[in-house]
Parts: sequence; C-alpha cells; structure tokens
Amino acid sequence: MRADNAYDHDETVPHTHPEPGVDPHPPLPRLDRAVRIGIGGPVGSGKTALVAALCRALAGELRLAVVTNDIYTTEDADFLKRAGVLDPARIRAVETGCCPHTAIRDDISANLDAVEELEEALGPLDLVLVESGGDNLTATFSKGLIDQQIFVVDVAGGDKVPRKGGPGVTTSDLLVINKTDLAPLVGADLAVMDRDARARRGTLPTIFQSIAQDPHASQVADWVRHVVAHAAGVHAHDHVPAGAR
Amino acid sequence: MHRTAYLLLADGRFPSGGHAHSSGLEAAVAAGRVTDLAGLESFLHGRLSYAAPVTVAFTAATHLSASRMGRAPSSTESDVKVPFLSLDRELEARTVSPALRLASRRQGKALLRAGRNTWPSELYGHLPKHPDGPHQPLALGVTAAAAGLSTEEAAQIAAYGVLTGPASAAVRLLGLDPYQVQHLLARMAGECDEIAAAAAAVAHKSPQELPAHAAPLADISAELHATWEVRLFAS
Repeated sequence: MRADNAYDHDETVPHTHPEPGVDPHPPLPRLDRAVRIGIGGPVGSGKTALVAALCRALAGELRLAVVTNDIYTTEDADFLKRAGVLDPARIRAVETGCCPHTAIRDDISANLDAVEELEEALGPLDLVLVESGGDNLTATFSKGLIDQQIFVVDVAGGDKVPRKGGPGVTTSDLLVINKTDLAPLVGADLAVMDRDARARRGTLPTIFQSIAQDPHASQVADWVRHVVAHAAGVHAHDHVPAGAR
Repeated sequence: MHRTAYLLLADGRFPSGGHAHSSGLEAAVAAGRVTDLAGLESFLHGRLSYAAPVTVAFTAATHLSASRMGRAPSSTESDVKVPFLSLDRELEARTVSPALRLASRRQGKALLRAGRNTWPSELYGHLPKHPDGPHQPLALGVTAAAAGLSTEEAAQIAAYGVLTGPASAAVRLLGLDPYQVQHLLARMAGECDEIAAAAAAVAHKSPQELPAHAAPLADISAELHATWEVRLFAS
C-alpha cells in the first residue's frame, strides 16, 4: 500500500460536488409515475452489486422494482434473487439480442414494456432501477427510458478510465467509482481519478465507494433518495446527499 | 405514396423491438443446424417458405381492412373491429407454439408503441386488446396504414423483415462476414419480392382463407428455446 494514500476508506472518501451544500442537480419535472434511474457501466464494474446494495438500503422505505438487461438474460436477476434483497416478483429481465446498448438507447421498447408491466403488476411504485448489461464507456441510456443515470466504473479497471471520458463518464448524472478498497492492490491512484473526474464532469457529482466496506452503498442511496424526493415535488434541503456535505 | 415513410418503417433501426428477436436462429445455431453462410441461406429459404406467406398475408390483410376504414369515415366501429378480431383469431390458430405467440405479441406491442409515436392515428385503437399486445403482423398492417403506405408496401416490409431479422442475428451470433450476408440478402431479393406480391394478392380474402403454412421443427425449437436458462435473444 502506498504510504501517502489518503484514500484509505476509513479516512475521508473523496467526492467532487463543487459547492458543498448546494444541490447541483437540475430539478426533475414532477412525475406521476415511478422515478426511473438507469445504472450503466463496463462489464464487471459492480452494477449488479450496486443494485443489490440499493435494494438493501431502500426496499424498506420506497416502493421499488428492478429491470435487468444482462446479456445472459437471467444472470443478474438470479443474482438479485439469490442475494435475497428484493422479492423476485419485483425483478424483471429483458433480453437484448447481443446488443445491451441498443436496448437502453436506440430501441428502448422491451425495457419500457418491462417497466410498465412491473407497474401494472405491483401497483404504484416510487422507483424503478434499470440496470444495463455490461458494455463500454460509450453506452448511455435514452432519456425516453430513464430520468437520471448512474455510470459505474471501478478502480480495478484502471485509474485512467475517468480521463478517457466517453459519454458515460462525462454526462451521467452521477459517476460512481467503485471498489476503492482494491486501489492499493491494483496500484490505482484515487487522487488521479478524482482530479480527472472533476475535469471531465464539471459540476456533476462523483462518489467513490466500496460496497465490500459499505454494503448499503450509503452515499449513492442518499443520492437516490434525493432524486426520488425531488421528483415527488419535495424540495427537501434537509435531504442533501451525504456526498454533497 | 410517401417513399420516406416506407423506408422509415422498413429500416432495421426503427425502434420496434426487433433487435432482440432472432426468429428461431439462436435455437438453430445452438442445435448446430446453422453454422455458416450456407446454413443461414437454407434457414432464410425456410423462413421465406413457411413463415413469410402467413406473416405477410396477415400484414397485408390487416392493412387492407385498416385502409378501408380510413377511406370510409362513415364506417362504424364494429366495421373496423370485427375484421381485426377475426384476423387475430385466425393468426393465433396458425401460431401453434405458445412461445411464438408470445414473441409475436411482444413484437406487436413494441411496434405499436413505435407506430403510435411516429404516425399517430385512431386506427391503432381498433386492434383487439390483449395483455401481451397485438400479433406483430396486425400491428405492422395498421402502422403501415397509419403511415399512408399501400398494401403492397406493407407486404414488402413484412417479407423483408422475415429475412433481415434473422440475418442480423446471424451476424451477431456467428460472426459472419456482414458483406457476405448482405450479398445473400440481395440474391434473395427476387424471391422476397414474389412472396410479398403473392401475399398482397390474397389480402382481400377472408381471414379463414389466408395461408396456413407451418414448420413443426421451428415450433418445437421455439418451445425449447423459451426454457433456456441463458439466451441472448427473446425468440
């Protein structure tokens, strides 16, 4: 481990909200349906683990459902079911015909059908998480499918990823840099990732996290709570995400 | 005639859910029945022989009914709904495999969503209601009518879709040379045109008299495919 590594998780976790205490998110229009949050990112970056963590954190307080787009149809849905974090009736899998980015961006019909079928089957929902299949740095969600999107990368994928940019890193509403606990093991410099993320993303927020150390993904869960509260028309300044403090 | 509308609806990028369906190709590849370009050619000839005559005739017949309604504003709602209901039941009877019924309805539902947003029309509302959606050929016939296309054009798009869906899936599943696949499609164009024309020519017949071809192996494969734990395509 590097002696000068200031990002040991027991210490301060870096974040890049530019002005602490100020909400940088553009307000969502008030919705009369569930808020839809897309979760995308490269293969193995921890999207499904994040969805599981959010289910653990939020299933008790929000009416929640999940749509997964793993290329292997039921793999992610099975993971969530086995993890026991959400009633299987609240999870739907969508086949993507070898093209995960098509299903979330160019032809969103199967995902829209899945979201609507969940809403029909379960009654009104507060939040639907749409998890994309693992793809590359250029895969982003259509605004016709989701309201906000989280892009997940991990430190083991290399600390150059934020600098490489691409639409996911640059334009996602929240960038999550995952597996910070592995940084010393893979020689990733979190300070470099933090600096590059700031440079790429301007005022958009970034959260560093380790689900191994925080199984409830507390900061991301707070961000999601905030998005849901805003969409419900609640201007809860007492609900500013922890990452913004 | 709106040439651009015709191209829009025929385009594989029209967001109607087709990219997630292989029309049986994924099952055929897994069974070792299609492994190369020659295998794809045989598969597509099969699709043109048994699937296209039914799919295309029901698309054309639906289009004809829909465009008659559009032209006769005095027609009552039942003038519209009765032929659609009859087409739905006849196609359901011709689609033996429950997995293929579901695949057809899901694609119909996706197409209807795209059609409604692209060419708004009251016609869509006359399709029989079903929780999984209308059958794809019915949705295509109505969408083509809403787009202002002719019955022949609707039939041509349906026949073209029978070929291009599995051809595109083959490029993705088998890594075939995309130029060779396009060349294959170009060579099959004449056959595709003939089937489209033949189907358009029977569109005026009663739904009971429309073609009723079947391929038992395709039905059985579709049922098996639907039970797979791991699959890349919805059908």
